[in-house]
Amino acid sequence: MSIAAAGPEPAATADPVIRIRGLSLRAGGRRLFHGLDLDVRPGELVAILGRNGSGKTTLFRAILGLEPVATGSITVLGAAPRRGNPRIGYVPQQRIVQRHAPLLGRDLVMLGRTGTRFGLPITRAADRHAVAAAIDAVHGHDLASRPLGELSGGQQQRLRIAQAIVHEPPILLLDEPLSSLDPAARAEITALAAAQRGRGVAVVVITHDVDDELRRADRIVELSEHGCWVGTPAEARARGIHDHPHHPDEHDHPEVPDHLDPPGPVT
Amino acid sequence: MPAIFDFSDYGALLGVVGNSILAAAILGLVGGLLGVFVMQRDMAFAVHGISEMSFAGAAGALLIGVDVLGGSVAGALIAAAIIGLLGTRARDRNSIVGVLMPFGLGLGILFLSLYPGRSANKFGLLTGQVIAVDFEQLGLLIGGSVAVLVALLVIWRPLSFDSLDPEVAVARGVPSRALSLAFMLILGVTIAIAVQVIGALLVLALLVTPAAAALRVSRSTVLVPILAMAFGLASALGGILLAVGSTLPVSPFITTISFAIYLVCVGVEWLQGRGRMRGGAT
Repeated sequence: MSIAAAGPEPAATADPVIRIRGLSLRAGGRRLFHGLDLDVRPGELVAILGRNGSGKTTLFRAILGLEPVATGSITVLGAAPRRGNPRIGYVPQQRIVQRHAPLLGRDLVMLGRTGTRFGLPITRAADRHAVAAAIDAVHGHDLASRPLGELSGGQQQRLRIAQAIVHEPPILLLDEPLSSLDPAARAEITALAAAQRGRGVAVVVITHDVDDELRRADRIVELSEHGCWVGTPAEARARGIHDHPHHPDEHDHPEVPDHLDPPGPVT
Repeated sequence: MPAIFDFSDYGALLGVVGNSILAAAILGLVGGLLGVFVMQRDMAFAVHGISEMSFAGAAGALLIGVDVLGGSVAGALIAAAIIGLLGTRARDRNSIVGVLMPFGLGLGILFLSLYPGRSANKFGLLTGQVIAVDFEQLGLLIGGSVAVLVALLVIWRPLSFDSLDPEVAVARGVPSRALSLAFMLILGVTIAIAVQVIGALLVLALLVTPAAAALRVSRSTVLVPILAMAFGLASALGGILLAVGSTLPVSPFITTISFAIYLVCVGVEWLQGRGRMRGGAT
């Protein structure tokens, strides 16, 4: 699946759904990064790179309203970030699901839909439809009735994306969605992100898979305590960003074969 | 050896202990349901710790001559609050429980040793005495269980979200800290009630075993709580109905039934696994 076919070109005139100005974030008194300016528009794919501890996940948490902003500003859909905003879909870094967790595939997606509601746990038809539609969107029919703990990493990741898009949010934040997946699963998840982008969703991806994302993204962001860098994938390559030293443990992913990995239109 | 069972005056006996049966039945339902969250939040050990502190509270109340149920609830809530506030991470929690539990049990034994009254009361707090609970107290046990059931149903979905998928739940605005304290409060009240029915040492048979059994045979968010409630009800109700016709206390019947259900579920799980392997599916 090619992004050229799936996605409209991002309209340069569309209002950004995320607007970041002069942003610095701190954690425990330590400065993570500073000086980030970034606009993310509908239908754009933005890849966030940076060393471990450079604040990539903290940036997501700040956009989600879970982390205070040290200096600068973040505007999400025209307003300050607020915790619990259903207009942001969020897939955190994968964690191990207990094998015995009482959770079928569709239950995970349903939590995303009704999990914030107090009151008697009665499921409405509208919720069941929304969950079915989200599972359809990730091609997860065969996963819906299976225990989450027994699914592969890629299958779990598809359901997490279904959970994140069950409210049809205009923004999707994916934190290292490809880590520890096999090549086929990586291709599937990448295609799902492209499909969301094609529907006009702004997709922001934290990644270590530099070469992979560089080919797909509209923009590359590199976070650093010495100042942030934002540019196109071509600029990033010219700058040699893919040679950026990363933690060795995060370089152990096999490369995606080229036939699974058509180059995106943006370069 | 005298006969253990004698069902000759069973009907009349049932009339006398009707409220005890009701109290046990409702506790069975609540225990099964709550147990699902106890398992999800990895709190089986905490349940045991809270029940020993509840025992200490009850024994203390017995010694100074105040309401035993009140003492039991106070002990359980204090323990639940300490564990809830200090033990947000599983490892911290387990060490706190490990420290609290022997202290509570020791304190309770001290109070009972100092207590000059009948020894039946002493034993009852540890191993259960629901048939000996008086009429007004039974009303409180039943009312408390119903209140816990309603509270649990009201916070069901956010509590599930927080227990099963905490990172996304927090991002989506689920009030994690408040829910966790509410859960500890609910747990404390339930344990205090369970101590009256089945005894401090055996609370886990109603708060963990039914849910653990249900998790053996299903992974469905809908089916697991229903099965756990059914198993809890079967254990508590079956236990008390057998005990009424026998000379033995209630608790061994409840623990045995609940353990037997667990064993059956392990067997069913094993058969399901074999069936899946034959089917060739993963």
